[in-house]
Amino acid sequence: MLSEKEVKMRIDKQQKKILVMLLLLCLITPVGILLPMFFNAGNAWGEWSAQTLKDLIGYVPQGLAKYSDVWKAPIADYTINSGDRSVVHQSGFYIVSGILGATVTYVVMLLVSRLIIKNEE
Amino acid sequence: MHIPDGYLSPQTYIPLFGLFVAATAIGVKKVKTDISARNIPYLGMAAAFSFIIMMFNLPIPGGTTGHAVGSAVIAILFGPWAAMIAVSVALIIQALIFGDGGITAIGANCFNMAVFMPFVAYYTFKLFNNNSSKKGRVTFAAFISGYLSLVLASVLTAVEFGIQPLIASTADGKALYCPYDLSIAIPVMAIEHLLFFGIIEGIITAFIVAYFLRNDPGMIYAFRKGGKDEN
Repeated sequence: MLSEKEVKMRIDKQQKKILVMLLLLCLITPVGILLPMFFNAGNAWGEWSAQTLKDLIGYVPQGLAKYSDVWKAPIADYTINSGDRSVVHQSGFYIVSGILGATVTYVVMLLVSRLIIKNEE
Repeated sequence: MHIPDGYLSPQTYIPLFGLFVAATAIGVKKVKTDISARNIPYLGMAAAFSFIIMMFNLPIPGGTTGHAVGSAVIAILFGPWAAMIAVSVALIIQALIFGDGGITAIGANCFNMAVFMPFVAYYTFKLFNNNSSKKGRVTFAAFISGYLSLVLASVLTAVEFGIQPLIASTADGKALYCPYDLSIAIPVMAIEHLLFFGIIEGIITAFIVAYFLRNDPGMIYAFRKGGKDEN
């Protein structure tokens, strides 16, 4: 039988391993913008901007025009400067957004879980 | 599958928001009694994983893009209610900070990817796995779970898009919100997820569930609940 300490060490090791994997995943997120670029694929279906939709169907639906700018996201589309066409810069912004977003998500979820789960370990 | 602002009418996004809030209220109670505090760090990692995996946009050459969600693997490992909360956190942060998915559509997006999808995934896994702990069987059931849950979530999203022209159009027949009806939205969303994105979700689900089966099978919620080890 493993002692309590050994079990805890094993769990810590596994959690560290998963965190490292998540960080590595963040570092390769630019695949998610480079592959679509390479294969000339556009937006996800149903996620076009008002302008793109106008090019597709010839008009911007009235309700859509009213709501589409209701929120200004601080880091829209996971980029800090969407005018910068440099692939290297965009990849960098994407990685930073990935690490930032994943970290915020991780911390918020930890706090939410701690609030909900009150039982003893 | 992140519906932006302006694509859904208030008649659609308000009820979906209500459904999402109601599901969350139940979810909080279920997680409180069902999930051990030792899983808290893993839940944080699960939410972060969902956030990251959704950034991997994959192309259909010359067409659209799509991505996996991670709801299926989280539902199998931590149960559908915990998955609901973890994926909702990821989706809400994507909407608020990164504009991925609309603010008005938060309820709809959470309902589709964080409520509907993990439940489909969890019960699909239970059905196909049938309490086995054999590696092949578990991996197969996990693949089907990821595949089917993403495909069905995409069809649900397509229905929400596709009913918009029926709900709200101007007098001259122009759409007020999403302009594509069910006859376009459902085939497009279903086919791209059936042939491609669903397979990716299936592979990710199978791979990670197989990893935990090998390293820490006691952690897998789907084995404990209603499984042979339930006490």
